[in-house]
Amino acid sequence: MEQYSGKVIMRKIAIGKIHFLTKDEQKVRREKITDINAECSRFETAKDKAGTQLQALYEKAKKEVGEAEAAIFEVHMMMLEDDDFCDSIRKMITNQQINAEYAVAVTGDNFARVFGEMDDEYMQARAADIKDISDRLVKVLSGKTNDEHVLQEPVILVAEDLAPSETVQLDKSKLLGFVTKQGSSNSHTAILARTMNIPALTEVDIRQEWHGKTAVLDGYHGILIIDPSEDTLKEAQKKQEEEIQKAKLLENFKGKETITKSGKKIHLYANIGGVSDAGAALMNDAEGIGLFRSEFLYLESNTYPTEEEQLKAYKAVAEVMAGRKVIIRTLDIGADKQADYFELAKEENPAMGYRAIRICLDRKDIFKTQLRAALRASAFGNISIMFPMIISLNEVIEAKKLLAQSKEELANQGITYGEVEIGVMIETPAAVMISRELAEEVDFFSIGTNDLTQYTLAIDRQNPKLDKIYDSHHPSILRMIEMTVKNGHDGGAWVGICGELAADLSLTETFLDMGVDELSVSPAFVLPLREKIRTI
Amino acid sequence: MKSFEYMINDELGIHARPAGQLVKEAKKFKSSIVLKKGEKEAAANLLLKIMSMGVKKGDNVFITIEGEDEEAAFEAIQNFFESNL
Repeated sequence: MEQYSGKVIMRKIAIGKIHFLTKDEQKVRREKITDINAECSRFETAKDKAGTQLQALYEKAKKEVGEAEAAIFEVHMMMLEDDDFCDSIRKMITNQQINAEYAVAVTGDNFARVFGEMDDEYMQARAADIKDISDRLVKVLSGKTNDEHVLQEPVILVAEDLAPSETVQLDKSKLLGFVTKQGSSNSHTAILARTMNIPALTEVDIRQEWHGKTAVLDGYHGILIIDPSEDTLKEAQKKQEEEIQKAKLLENFKGKETITKSGKKIHLYANIGGVSDAGAALMNDAEGIGLFRSEFLYLESNTYPTEEEQLKAYKAVAEVMAGRKVIIRTLDIGADKQADYFELAKEENPAMGYRAIRICLDRKDIFKTQLRAALRASAFGNISIMFPMIISLNEVIEAKKLLAQSKEELANQGITYGEVEIGVMIETPAAVMISRELAEEVDFFSIGTNDLTQYTLAIDRQNPKLDKIYDSHHPSILRMIEMTVKNGHDGGAWVGICGELAADLSLTETFLDMGVDELSVSPAFVLPLREKIRTI
Repeated sequence: MKSFEYMINDELGIHARPAGQLVKEAKKFKSSIVLKKGEKEAAANLLLKIMSMGVKKGDNVFITIEGEDEEAAFEAIQNFFESNL
C-alpha cells in the first residue's frame, strides 16, 4: 500500500483500477514548403474543421454540464478566430515557407508562454486553453481524428494533464475519477470535474507503473492510495456506499414537483448565507431562496458595504436563480452578530436589544443603501425584500416608506429597478398577535421559529443549561404558527416558515394541515423534505 | 473621438468569458475601439491581446472609440463594461 497526496478538486471517493493515459507526443516537424497558397488554405480548412469540432463539443458540454461551464468552448472558438493568432500563423507560413503544423505549434507555444508568464494564477491557467487549441489544429492538419480516449472499463484516469476538451470527451460512464500532475484547482478541467461530479485530485506525483493497479482516490483527504489494504478498501467502500445512498435520494427527487398526494403544491425554498451557497441551493433543486441572510456582507467587511458591493452579491444570486424567487432579508445585525464598525454598545440583554430593524430604522442611511441595492438587483431577477424582528405595524409602515423613497430616488436618477414583493419575519410573539393587521401591509410572512421559540418560551438560546427545557414542539409555538397562517391568509398574505422547524420532518404534516404555503430550509434538507411532502 | 475610463469591479478582472463577449460586442461596430491600461493597450477585437493585458479588479482601463459609428459604439461598450465588468 502506497499513499500519495494531492490537491482536492472534488470531495468524493473513487475506487477502481488505474488507467494511465500516455499522450502520443505530438512531434511536429519543421518542413520547407513550396506552394505557400496551398499551405495557407490547408490552415484555413483545418481552422474551419477545428471550429466545427469545438461547436460540437460546446453542444455536448452544454447538455452535460450546463451553459455556464460549456462557455469555455465558446471562448476556445473565439481564440481560434483571434486575428493576432491567425495572422501570426499565416505570416510564418508565408515568410518562412514552412508547413502549417509547425507554424501552428510555434504560434501556440508563443501565446501560451505569454499567458504562462503572467503574474495572475487565473491567466496562467489560460495557457492550457491555448495549447488545447493549437494541439487540436495540429491534429486536424496531420489528419488524426482520434482525440477521444477510449476507455474499456470503468477506471480512475491518471494523466500528466487533461485539457478541458479531453475531459468533456471522456465517456463519463467509464470514468470513476481522475488524477493529474498538472493543472490548478482554478483550471476549467477542475471546474468541469466539479460540475460533472467526478472525484478528482491534482498536483499528484504520478507514476506510469500504476497502470492496471487498484487504487482508492480519497477526495475528502486529498490522497491517492495505490494497492490499498483490505481494511482501507473496506472503509472506502463503506464511505462510498453512504455517498451513493445520499445521491440516490437526491436524484430521485430532483426535478420533481413539491406536491402532496392530495395535490397541494408547496413552495420549497432554500436558506442561504452568502453568494456561494446559491450553487448548493441549485444543486439540491431548491425552487427559490426563501431566506437570503444579508449579514455576511456586513460581517465580512471592515466597513459599511457600499451599494455597488451589495448589488453585486444580490444580482449574482438573482441571476444564478434565473427567475426563481430570491427573498433578501434586510440586515439582521446585533445580538450574537456583531461588526465592530457599527460601534454598538455592549448590552445586558442583547437578544432583546438594539438589533435588526431597530437599527435600520434609526440609521436610515445604512438601511437605504441596502434597499437601493436590493431594488436594483430586482432588475436582474425575482427579488423580494423581507424585514426582520418586527413588533409593530409602525415599523412596517416606516420601512415601506423608506423603500418607496429609495424607489423614487432611483427613478429620478434614471436607474432601473424591478418590482419586489415585501414581507416580514414573524419571530416575536407581538408580531404573531398583530399578524392580521400586518398581513394587510405585506405580501408574505416568513416565520422564524428559532427566535419565536426563544421569545415565546423566554429561553435564551445561547445558554446550554436551558437546553433540556427548550422545546421547539411546545404547543404554544405550534398554536402561534397556526394563528399566523390563518391571519396571514385572511389578510391576503402567503405564509412560509424559514426557521429550523421548517426542516423538522415530524412536523411537516402538521404544517401542511395548517395551510403553510412555503418551507425554506438549508440546501441539504431540500430533497429529503420534498420526499416527505410527496408522501403526505 | 469618444472615450471613457472605467474601474473594473469583477473579482476575476477581464477574464476569458467577458473578454470574449467584449470582442463580440466590439466587432459589431466599424469604429476602432482601443483599451488602455497604463502602458499596455489592445484593440477591443483582439481576444488574446486583451486577456494578456491582465486587467484585474480595481484596475482603471481607458477606452477610446473612433469612427463613423462612434456614438452608438460608445454607448454599447460603456454599457457592456457597466453590466459585465
